[in-house]
Amino acid sequence: MERFNTLEAVAAPLPTNHIDTDVIYPGRFLSTVQRSGLGPLLFHGLRFDERGQERPDFVLNRPAYRQAGILVTGENFGCGSSREHAPWALFDFGIRCILSTGFADIFAGNCVGNGILCVTLPPAKIARLMQDAEQALMLKVNLQEQVIERPCGEVVPFGVPAAIRKRLLSGMDEISMTLQWSKRIDDHERQLTRTLPWL
Amino acid sequence: MPARTLFEKVWEAHVLARHEDGTDLIYIDRHLVHEVSSPQAFDGLRLSGRRVRRPDRTLAVPDHNVPTTPDRLTRIENAAARTQLRALEQNISEFAIPSFALDDIRQGVVHVVGPEQGLTQPGMTIVCGDSHTATHGAFGAVAFGIGTSQVEHVLATQTLAIKRPRSMRVLLEGERPWWISAKDLIMAIVGRVGTAGGAGHIIEYAGPAIRALSMEERMTVCNMTIEAGARAGMIAPDETTFKYLQGRPLAPPPEHWDEAVSYWSSLHTDPGAHYDRELVFDISNLEPQVTWGTSPEQVLAIGDRVPDPETVTDPLARETLRRSLSYMGLTPGMSMSDVAIQHVFLGSCTNGRIEDLRSAAAVVRGRSVAPGVRALVVPGSGLVKRQAEAEGLDQVFQDAGWEWREAGCSMCVALNPDKVGPGERCASTSNRNFEGRQGPGSRTHLVSPAVAAAAACTGRLIDPRQLTGNGVS
Repeated sequence: MERFNTLEAVAAPLPTNHIDTDVIYPGRFLSTVQRSGLGPLLFHGLRFDERGQERPDFVLNRPAYRQAGILVTGENFGCGSSREHAPWALFDFGIRCILSTGFADIFAGNCVGNGILCVTLPPAKIARLMQDAEQALMLKVNLQEQVIERPCGEVVPFGVPAAIRKRLLSGMDEISMTLQWSKRIDDHERQLTRTLPWL
Repeated sequence: MPARTLFEKVWEAHVLARHEDGTDLIYIDRHLVHEVSSPQAFDGLRLSGRRVRRPDRTLAVPDHNVPTTPDRLTRIENAAARTQLRALEQNISEFAIPSFALDDIRQGVVHVVGPEQGLTQPGMTIVCGDSHTATHGAFGAVAFGIGTSQVEHVLATQTLAIKRPRSMRVLLEGERPWWISAKDLIMAIVGRVGTAGGAGHIIEYAGPAIRALSMEERMTVCNMTIEAGARAGMIAPDETTFKYLQGRPLAPPPEHWDEAVSYWSSLHTDPGAHYDRELVFDISNLEPQVTWGTSPEQVLAIGDRVPDPETVTDPLARETLRRSLSYMGLTPGMSMSDVAIQHVFLGSCTNGRIEDLRSAAAVVRGRSVAPGVRALVVPGSGLVKRQAEAEGLDQVFQDAGWEWREAGCSMCVALNPDKVGPGERCASTSNRNFEGRQGPGSRTHLVSPAVAAAAACTGRLIDPRQLTGNGVS
């Protein structure tokens, strides 16, 4: 997976709560065996009209936001379906960081494995960052220092669980890490055969 | 030993290691696989030269993109769906994973199939690349949905590294009125907790009203726990659970049955155990529920009126409500019973079981589908379908003008031919009313099987008691 260390990018505003993964990546595109190249399907219902033409008023279609690397959004972003196609499409579009007052659990977990940083901040801070996003300003995100620098100079500190920070900074493969515990897994399985033989 | 919750007992029995970074490495007892969230995971295994550690703890079922028409064994028009189904078949064969193919009577929605086969048991950890894996918590299992990278992780290691969720108890007080289904209960709970309210938590449902639920009703409740933002729902196993499981093909065999029941009987929350959060909810005056908006928390009693966003002070919340109203084509203050629908969908992992079909059939019997309404019954599995046919329910529905289909996810998810058109409205027994969930521009009203049946008969979102009277179901 791609590492995340620092990022300087345009922030795009999505000022709505509960944006679900069906909105991020509609179900009718789930019949794919690919995990790359899904960017054109991101927010498909919001980005395109019934004839497949771009909706010029949708934020990511506006010239200032076409290169956006950060989203600033409302609470519970990524709720609903567990489809990892949502972070795959976000990543392919170029989104590397999402700022919100809260994320849905499965979505946030899926982002980590795909090198996308989800930052949870209190409503007042999200409101200020939303103002920056509304002006299509650049934000600097530093995961090592756990701070966001606003263009006005304000530095917004944030916290990320140690496990997530480590994985994003290192880009390490989680399966390889777990396979180091193979003996522990073998032992557990042997024990199960004795204690819960029906399992 | 300190007092522990049901969740703590099951979780702790599966922890293989506590990592310094705050995650637990937990063992996964059962892994359910379907065609949509797995192909990229199997590709990952191939790329890294890894095998599936425990194919015998894995079960694969195609359900999401399969058509529900009888000709589906010979004709699947969507090329991408065909490719995906073929990929599942190849992966099953290459990695030697047990499966129920499309022509197997046991095929169906993965969360209907698992419990029906006795695969789902108390005390287990169960995962699937699908958020409605929460369903299996009805048996006192820790069961939750995962993404495709985690599917690959479980295939390769039979474990997951995951932060331990916090615990929350939802205690239902009062007696459930006879006209209130399990679906109404969970919809009301989602409305109360909010769709983000359970984030980071596992919810245990408790109280006499929960104990009185059948296993199928418990599954409906746990299924939609994800709609309250919680990772999983759980209900402590009891006699109802044991009786449901006994004799099912994958349940413990007779020589281990007593031993299993004895272990399962220890899986309850000890008196005095601590929950991180508790919510008490009196259900004695509950009315049938219906969603008006594009989030499952946007729910009302069926006789109520659509809310007015302008009464909300928080700007983000107000904008969210405005968006929902505009998408749904509703105006503040209008009565839900004035809303006309064009589609009815009875099915899904939430309400595709035999009791759901019986409940709807009781309203449908002797009535007809209203003009301009298309109504589908999609049994949750081939076995549910066979049981319904044995009871003559297929005839009840077909006589009334419903379409009687093969098992699958169908109109819940719009990635198969069963869809709702742009701007059209569906009374749906599924679990999500998101924008575009049932097709681009579709408008979904989540309801119970009985309300769905009443909607089919009248073309409106009405209280089924208006048809059946107050004393007869």
